Amino acid sequence: MSYLLRRTGFYLLTAWIAITINFLLPRLIPGDPVMSLINRAQGQLSTQAIQSLYVLFGLNKDESIFVQYGHYWAQLLHGDLGLSFAFFPTPVASVIADSLPWTLALVGITTLASFLLGTALGVYAGWRRGSWLDLVIPVTTFLSSVPYFWLGLIAIALFAGVNGIFPSSGGYEPGLVPGWDPDFLLSAVQHSLLPAVTILLSSMSGWILSMRNMMVTVAAEDYVTVAHAKGLSERRVMVSYAARNALLPSVSGFALSLGLVVGGTLLVEIVFSYPGLGFELFQAVGAKDYPLMQGIFLIITLSVLAANFVADLAYLVLDPRTRREG
Amino acid sequence: MRLNAKTKIGLVLLAGFALFAVIGPWIAPYDPTERGGDMLQPPSAQHWFGTTHLGQDILSQVLTGTRGVLLVGFVAGVVATVLAVLVGIASGYLTGLAAEGLSAVSNVFLVIPALPLIIIVASTLPGTGDWTIALVIGLTSWAWGARVLRAQTLSLRRRDYVQAARATGEPTWRIIGFEILPNLTAVIASGFVGTVIFAVLSEITLAFIGVSDISDWNWGTILFWAQSQQALAQGAWWWFVPAGLAIALLGTALSLLNFGIDEFVSPRLRACAGTAKVRMRVGFTPVLRREGGPGE
Repeated sequence: MSYLLRRTGFYLLTAWIAITINFLLPRLIPGDPVMSLINRAQGQLSTQAIQSLYVLFGLNKDESIFVQYGHYWAQLLHGDLGLSFAFFPTPVASVIADSLPWTLALVGITTLASFLLGTALGVYAGWRRGSWLDLVIPVTTFLSSVPYFWLGLIAIALFAGVNGIFPSSGGYEPGLVPGWDPDFLLSAVQHSLLPAVTILLSSMSGWILSMRNMMVTVAAEDYVTVAHAKGLSERRVMVSYAARNALLPSVSGFALSLGLVVGGTLLVEIVFSYPGLGFELFQAVGAKDYPLMQGIFLIITLSVLAANFVADLAYLVLDPRTRREG
Repeated sequence: MRLNAKTKIGLVLLAGFALFAVIGPWIAPYDPTERGGDMLQPPSAQHWFGTTHLGQDILSQVLTGTRGVLLVGFVAGVVATVLAVLVGIASGYLTGLAAEGLSAVSNVFLVIPALPLIIIVASTLPGTGDWTIALVIGLTSWAWGARVLRAQTLSLRRRDYVQAARATGEPTWRIIGFEILPNLTAVIASGFVGTVIFAVLSEITLAFIGVSDISDWNWGTILFWAQSQQALAQGAWWWFVPAGLAIALLGTALSLLNFGIDEFVSPRLRACAGTAKVRMRVGFTPVLRREGGPGE
C-alpha cells in the first residue's frame, strides 16, 4: 500500500501548505493593511471588527510570528476560525456550518452526475467517431467557454422570474423551516433544479472532451484490435477494453477539473442567491469580511482534497499497476 | 505546418479581438462612463447594444473593455507559461531533491482550488488594477503547464539524441535549450492558450463579484453592474448578453486554436469525417466501409 501512503502524505502536505498560506497571506502585505482596509470600507466597520482585524493580520507586535503561528493552529484545531464582520458577532465556523450542507448537496450531486454522464457520452462519442456524435465537439467547446455564471443568468432570464416555472433565487420558499419534512424538501429540490442543470451543462463538456479524445487514442491500440478479433461483442470491447483504459487520465485529472468545477459552482450560487458557500463568499467579498473569506477558502480547499483522495482510491481500483508493492 | 479549418477560424477570431483591443477605445461611439439621458433603453440606432441604468452606452463599454480583458489574459498567460517552463523542465530534466521538491510544489498548487485562492489573494492586496490581477492569476495558475511539461521532459530525456548530446559533453543549458525545448514547442503553445482561457475567465469572474477595481472597464465590470442593478428583474437582457457572448466567442476562438495544436501534436485526433475508414471486424478481416453504407 505504498501508493496509498504516498498519496496520504501528499494530501497532508497540501493541507498544511493551504493552512499556512491562509496564515501568512494577511501578514505579508506591506504597510498597514488594516488602515487601508478601514479606508476601503469607508467607516462601515465597527470597533470590534477593527480589533479582530488587527489580530487576524498579526499586527500584535508583542508576539513573534512563530508564537502567532502556534496560536493560529491551536485556534484552528478547536474549530475556531474567528468572528465574521458581515454577520458580527457570529463565529465564522457557524456561518460556514449553515451554508456548507447546501453547497455539499448541490456540488456533490452535480459533480458526480456530470462526471458519470460526461464520461459516458465521451466514451460513446469517441467510439463512434465520424458519426453525427462529432457534433458534441463544437457544442461542448462553446459551453465550456461560457462562464458558468453567465449561463446561470441566461437560465434565470429564460425559465425563472415573474412568469417562470422556477424560482430565481434562494434555497427554499421563504417561510418554511429547514427540516426533513416533505414541504421543505420539495421546495429545496425545486429551488436547486435550475442551478444544478446550469452546473451540469457547463461542467459536463470538459469530461466529454477529454474522454472522447482518450477513447480515440485508445481505440487504435493493439489490444482493442485483438479484442475485436476475438469476436467479443462491440459493447464489451467498448466498455471493458477501451473505456476502462481511457478512463485513467480522466480520474487522475480529477484534481484539476474539480478545482475548476468548484470555482464555477461558487459563481452559480452567487447568481441564484443560493444559500451555500459561494454566496457567503460573495457577501464576504462585498463586506470585506476577511475572516469569513479565509475560512471559506480553507473549507473549500480541505473538501477538494478529500474528494481527490476518494478519486485516488478509485484509481487504485481501476489501475492494478498502482497496487503492486514497491 | 498546414493550418486546418478550426485553427484558421480561431486565428481569425483572435485577430479580430486583438484589433478591437487596440482600436476599441478610439472607435467607441461614446465615453463608457458618460451618463446620458436615455436610461435602460433596448438596442436602437443610437445605442446598438442599448444603455444602462445611468444611460451609459453598452457598446462603448464592451469595446473599451476588450483591451483590459486581452491584456490581463495575455500577461497572465505569459507569466504562467514562463513559470511552467522553468519549473516543468527543471523538475523533469534535473534529478535530486530540488527536482522532487519542485514537482511536489506544482502538484500542491494543482490541487488547491484556483479561484478561491485568487479571490483571497486579490482581495487582500491594497490595489487591484489590471496588472495586479494579471500577476495574481499568472502566479497561481502555472501548475498544470508545469506538470504536463515535466511529463514530456521525462520522456524526452531518455531519447537517444539527448543521451548522445550528453555523451558528447554538451553543457546542460545547451541540451535543455537546443535539444529538449524545441521538441516541447507545441506543448508549451497549447499550455499557453489554455492558461489564457483560464485567465480571461478568472479575471471576468473577479470583476463580476467585485474583487477587482470597478473603475477599469472590462466585460466582467459590465456584468457586475448588470447584476447589482437587477438587470434581469427589469428584463434588460441587452445589458448582459453582449458581454457574455464576447467572452464565449473569445473562449471558443482560443479553444479552436488549441484543438489545432492538439491535432498537430497527436495525429490520431485529426478528424476523418467523410472519408472511408478501416475497422477491424469479426474474423480479423479489415472491412472498408463508407459513412451510412450497408453494415452500419
